[in-house]
Amino acid sequence: MADGVDIRAGWLNGATLAENFADVHRPLDLAGALVEANRCYFCYDAPCIAACPTGIDVPGFIRAIATGNVTGAAMTILTENILGGSCARVCPTEILCQGACVRSNDNSRGDRSVEIGLLQRYATDHVNTATRHPFARAPATGRTVAVVGAGPAGLACAHGLARQGHDVIVFEARGKPGGLNEYGIAAYKLPDDFAQEEISFITAIGGIEIHPDRALGRELSLTQLRMDFDAVFLGLGQDGARALEVPGAGLAGVQNAVDYIAALRQADDLANLPVGRRIVVIGGGNTAIDIAVQTKRLGAEDVTICYRRGPAQMGATPHEQDFARINGVRVKHWLRPLRLDGLDGAVTAAVFATVAQGDGGSLMDTGDEQSIPCDMVFKAVGQSFVPLSDGGPDIAAGRIAVGPNGQTSLPDVWAGGDCVAGDDLTVQAVQDGKLAARAMDLFLQNLET
Amino acid sequence: MADLRCEIAGIKSPNPFWLASAPPTDKAYNVDRAFKAGWGGVVWKTLGEDPPVVNTTSRYGAITVNGQRMVGFNNIELITDRPLGVNLAEIKQIKRDWPDRAVLVSLMVPCEEASWKKILAAVEDTGADGVELNFGCPHGMSERGMGSAVGQVPEYVEMVTRWCKSMTAMPVFVKLTPNVTNILAPARAARAGGADAVSLINTVNSIVSVDLDRMAPNPMVDGKGSHGGYCGPAVKPIALHLVAEIAADPESAGMAISGIGGIETWRDAAEFISLGAQNIQVCTGAMHYGFKIVDDMIAGLNNWMDGKGYARLQDFHRAAIANLVDWQDLNINFELVARIDQDKCIKCGLCHVACEDTAHQAISVIGQGPGRRFEVIDPECVGCNLCAHVCPVEGCITMAPVDNGKPYLNWAQDPRNPHARAAE
Ligand SMILES: Cc1cc2nc3c(=O)[nH]c(=O)nc-3n(C[C@H](O)[C@H](O)[C@H](O)COP(=O)(O)OP(=O)(O)OC[C@H]3O[C@@H](n4cnc5c(N)ncnc54)[C@H](O)[C@@H]3O)c2cc1C
Ligand SMILES: Cc1cc2nc3c(=O)[nH]c(=O)nc-3n(C[C@H](O)[C@H](O)[C@H](O)COP(=O)(O)O)c2cc1C
Ligand code: SF4
Ligand code: SF4
Ligand code: SF4
Repeated sequence: MADGVDIRAGWLNGATLAENFADVHRPLDLAGALVEANRCYFCYDAPCIAACPTGIDVPGFIRAIATGNVTGAAMTILTENILGGSCARVCPTEILCQGACVRSNDNSRGDRSVEIGLLQRYATDHVNTATRHPFARAPATGRTVAVVGAGPAGLACAHGLARQGHDVIVFEARGKPGGLNEYGIAAYKLPDDFAQEEISFITAIGGIEIHPDRALGRELSLTQLRMDFDAVFLGLGQDGARALEVPGAGLAGVQNAVDYIAALRQADDLANLPVGRRIVVIGGGNTAIDIAVQTKRLGAEDVTICYRRGPAQMGATPHEQDFARINGVRVKHWLRPLRLDGLDGAVTAAVFATVAQGDGGSLMDTGDEQSIPCDMVFKAVGQSFVPLSDGGPDIAAGRIAVGPNGQTSLPDVWAGGDCVAGDDLTVQAVQDGKLAARAMDLFLQNLET
Repeated sequence: MADLRCEIAGIKSPNPFWLASAPPTDKAYNVDRAFKAGWGGVVWKTLGEDPPVVNTTSRYGAITVNGQRMVGFNNIELITDRPLGVNLAEIKQIKRDWPDRAVLVSLMVPCEEASWKKILAAVEDTGADGVELNFGCPHGMSERGMGSAVGQVPEYVEMVTRWCKSMTAMPVFVKLTPNVTNILAPARAARAGGADAVSLINTVNSIVSVDLDRMAPNPMVDGKGSHGGYCGPAVKPIALHLVAEIAADPESAGMAISGIGGIETWRDAAEFISLGAQNIQVCTGAMHYGFKIVDDMIAGLNNWMDGKGYARLQDFHRAAIANLVDWQDLNINFELVARIDQDKCIKCGLCHVACEDTAHQAISVIGQGPGRRFEVIDPECVGCNLCAHVCPVEGCITMAPVDNGKPYLNWAQDPRNPHARAAE
């Protein structure tokens, strides 16, 4: 099929696929953890703590690993971040804690930062696999809370509230809880059903019920929830994929990257998941990197990311860009999508205008065009929040407007995570959920009846 | 190229690096490999009377500090557990094969004249260059009235040394135990008995760690532990102090010193020599890394001596003794102040918290976050060096002398001293 569309399953055998989608960072063993833990200087007022959105006492937990107090290390982490296990695996540490580590400041010695993420994983693995939940619930308060959305923000909020003795029901639109931990994060960052294991660990505190297949705006209304519960938390994420307005976007083989990743994450057998021989990814963020690397690892022969600006403007961190390159993904810059060409209703090429940066920083077409033959095109141009139809809280800049601890314009409704302004990161969602839970606890304590 | 040839108590070796009496020198196989690797001499693992002792299994304990293994090492091993005749035959062969290397034989027999006489004659027959009397072993053998049980009683040290000197023409080294209150007592006793040299230190009495699951000291033999001998890098400061005390003691003058204790590098060796040792001996360093470490000891010492313009070991032997004084002779008017090199500083804050919590509140934090800076408050700094020690960046904090225009003044002369004598 020289010119025909080539989308098939089973490019690679099962063993190769298993290897390609196994843990991208191998966990530390005891010896490795001790060596790495001993590299930490135990800084005063350590910059790594300030750089962690959940404010984990990094030197504190690392020292505990070094002394053999691994349970204590895990407790230090989980006290600030109940999803410390998934954060250890998915956080872009190079722009967070490790980016701030003083050991990476030490240019004169060509030093490198302490591997905080790997150490955090070492510590949290120690308790997440243990049978007993490490936190105790406060006596029941009789207060009830509805959490909408079982992503990192909702789960962190639910745990925080349950711990204070409140009863929490989590409503989740999808069939499984976890949010993007279950449906979005690259498979090799959270392999082996880790998202569900972590949820079992979190809910083991008691007082949390998760109701899947229950969506606000579908089965549920906010007005009703506010009547039935003492307070509500919205952790809705961003379910809308931004549209790519180019001719040909409706052709077969053109998909949202997040939808394909969700299918990949849910596939029982990756050998049955069809993927094109030649892939074009449009976008410059971490989602673009994730879809490119995952399709490459599924066996796609040729994967190209096309971004309309230069490397410095890419949303993907330099570390992620390097990761794409070492995985054999080609990254092309200064390409503005013009149209998608097709044959018999299926995409066969993506056509771009080459652009240059004008004096004022604006992009100008150079007049050249580039056509990249392909079997599949993935749109990775960003997610957006889909506002609730009516009776919802105020919106600002396309997301739910909130005060410092996630308080919305409605007195008994809080929100956090990707559906509010801020960094779209798992760890930020956890922090939002944690802070909202603290504020909601105060609110619940002060309720009259 | 500096000349590393070494002479101690008349015994010559191509370099000052010897292996101490211990497992590395237990048999011909090891010693042959050691000489091939370049070691200048050995002190053969301590011989005793037949029948040979029996060792336990599980013999060694160790401590790891911040990931660095065997910073301290301990053992409950006894002297050689091989028959005397086998050892003597091997020593004879080794000396024949390696005539340019020093071969000393360590000895430990009961405190009876006849025992010493017999074994000295047997050793003399091997052609060995000298003997080392093991008065140092702190465990096992001391329970049998030997080793440190002798070394801790100056009268016994003197008596046995005198016997040996009268029974053999070989140079006699006396190996001292650090497990005494005053090292000068056994050193002077050895001198009085006619010793040609002292070797020190032997191991320090120790319990290296406790197994908190089994509630027993390590190393454990069938659930029980015992007091053992401590050595390795952790004991070097103790050994340097004891070597220097003897080197500076007029009553011990004339006796050579073979320095032992925690030596692993050429730098360690140079420090011992500068404090009065003629040569040095190594045990733990070789047990940790193998014989090959001698390569860098030789090359490193050579390069350092060339850089300093020292042609021979004698050129810096005892060089640091002149600057070793009693506390009361230190200049109380001398002042240092900490200086932080802001370009090297990585903002870890360790200097600040150390000085703030445990010293003199003399380092302030200016600003917050990644742009914060640490600055010394000069009038508060007492020049204690703590910050410079905790700073993880080499050369970032230096201690700068302050030109205060004050003359030398020691505590004996200081008017603040209630017992001061007037300055001359
Ligand atoms: C492809 C991709 C890769 C990413 N990789 C990383 C990474 O490596 N590291 C990192 O830190 N971050 C990464 N992120 C971002 C990170 O996943 C999010 O910031 C994080 O999941 C946000 O958590 P959340 O709880 O706010 O939202 P989500 O995880 O999106 O969870 C929201 C949940 O709410 C549910 N929901 C939505 N609407 C309703 C409704 N009306 N009723 C009921 N339930 C509803 C959704 O089904 C979902 O389960 C990635 C994002 C994407 C898209
Ligand atoms: C396992 C072991 C066995 C030893 N056996 C002897 C011995 O038989 N005779 C002796 O004089 N010293 C013995 N020693 C002491 C060493 O010779 C040396 O004095 C001591 O270890 C300090 O040096 P180091 O720090 O280089 O190890 C032994 C030391 C060790 C570790
Ligand atoms: S900044 Fe680096 S060295 Fe300092 S405490 Fe944090 S991890 Fe440790
Ligand atoms: S030398 Fe001592 S007193 Fe001075 S700044 Fe450093 S720690 Fe503080
Ligand atoms: S200890 Fe050294 S590196 Fe750390 S803040 Fe102080 S001067 Fe800077």
